[in-house]
Amino acid sequence: MNKCPNHIFYYMHEYLDGEISFEHTRELKAHLASCTSCQNHLEQLTNAETFVQSASQLVAPKNFVEGVTARLPKEKSKVGMKRWFHQHPMLSAAALFIILMSASLFSSFSEDEQFSFTKQPNLVVEGENVIVPEGEKVTGDIVVKNGNLQIKGEVDGDVTVINGTQYLASTANVTGEIEEINQVFDWLWYKIKAGVKDVTMFFDSEHSK
Amino acid sequence: MDALVNKRIKEVLKGDREAFAEIVELYQDVLYRVCYRMLGNKYEAEEIAQEAFVRAFINIHTFDPNRKFSTWLYRIGTNLCIDRIRKKKPDYYLDAEVAGTEGLNMYSQIASTEELPEQELLKMEMQDRVQYEVSRLPDKYRTVIVLKYMEDLPLQEISEILEMPLGTVKTRIHRGREALRKQLSHM
Repeated sequence: MNKCPNHIFYYMHEYLDGEISFEHTRELKAHLASCTSCQNHLEQLTNAETFVQSASQLVAPKNFVEGVTARLPKEKSKVGMKRWFHQHPMLSAAALFIILMSASLFSSFSEDEQFSFTKQPNLVVEGENVIVPEGEKVTGDIVVKNGNLQIKGEVDGDVTVINGTQYLASTANVTGEIEEINQVFDWLWYKIKAGVKDVTMFFDSEHSK
Repeated sequence: MDALVNKRIKEVLKGDREAFAEIVELYQDVLYRVCYRMLGNKYEAEEIAQEAFVRAFINIHTFDPNRKFSTWLYRIGTNLCIDRIRKKKPDYYLDAEVAGTEGLNMYSQIASTEELPEQELLKMEMQDRVQYEVSRLPDKYRTVIVLKYMEDLPLQEISEILEMPLGTVKTRIHRGREALRKQLSHM
């Protein structure tokens, strides 16, 4: 290209890289002072640098991210579930609570298949039938599980029959509520009501203290 | 930023794709830009940049968290670009016009080692001219010039991205600068 020594060009690049030593700078400067061709050369190199640096800052096209995620291999559903739980902690807790609660309630409904009833002094029991005899008066609530209840006399309180039927004779007189529970949901509802009643009673007793 | 990225990478390692989407969000512009500068075509750039992210996702377990994530990502991206350039597969987008140019489509890009007529060059917008000159560089010089001047990366990082000795990177930059100077000498 021209007869200037090769190392001068090398120094130019060292200079452009910002890695030139003090001695090389001095030699380069001395040479440039006397050589217009090399002055030109260095100027052109600097211009070339500025030229490429002037390239504008592009941004990725819209929907680039969606494009990538669409191309990714499928993730394990386990992770998706986990993330959902992380993002909705309250819902997760509620769901877990409901699952556990209903499980225990359902099992207690089906497992409690033994005949049982509230012990009251003047009740008569015949097989799985509990009878309030005619002319007798029972004070307090009666609960019969997995059995039938016949009321011929008086009951001063609530009557509940679970998984059975209740029969009221014409002479019967019940001061409280009569309830018959045969469905799972009735059972649930009964349990919830009982729970609420317990809680309110607890608070009432707290208050009265 | 590195701490955030490393946290996201840990989540990706557990298989979380949404964490990866956040990483893509952070680096999409950088990677797309490099691919565009290397390939000179926005459709190809988008395709290759997306492919680079997909590969990063699949091979995320090979990433060393003590290193810079961007370096690793640049390496995947530039390797894919170089592969694409070497395959010279002009099988599609031939008719696609190059961004912001009139009548300059991929046919003209294929022949870009040959100089365009002076008149064509004068009609070009400045930005297209920059891209045109860069795409005329031989690909081994083009890569280092793009990384150094368009991405403003230090030589040390370029040497890590391209997995070549610092001396080689310097030599290529010197030659790339000379090649550009020659291309532009009659401007």
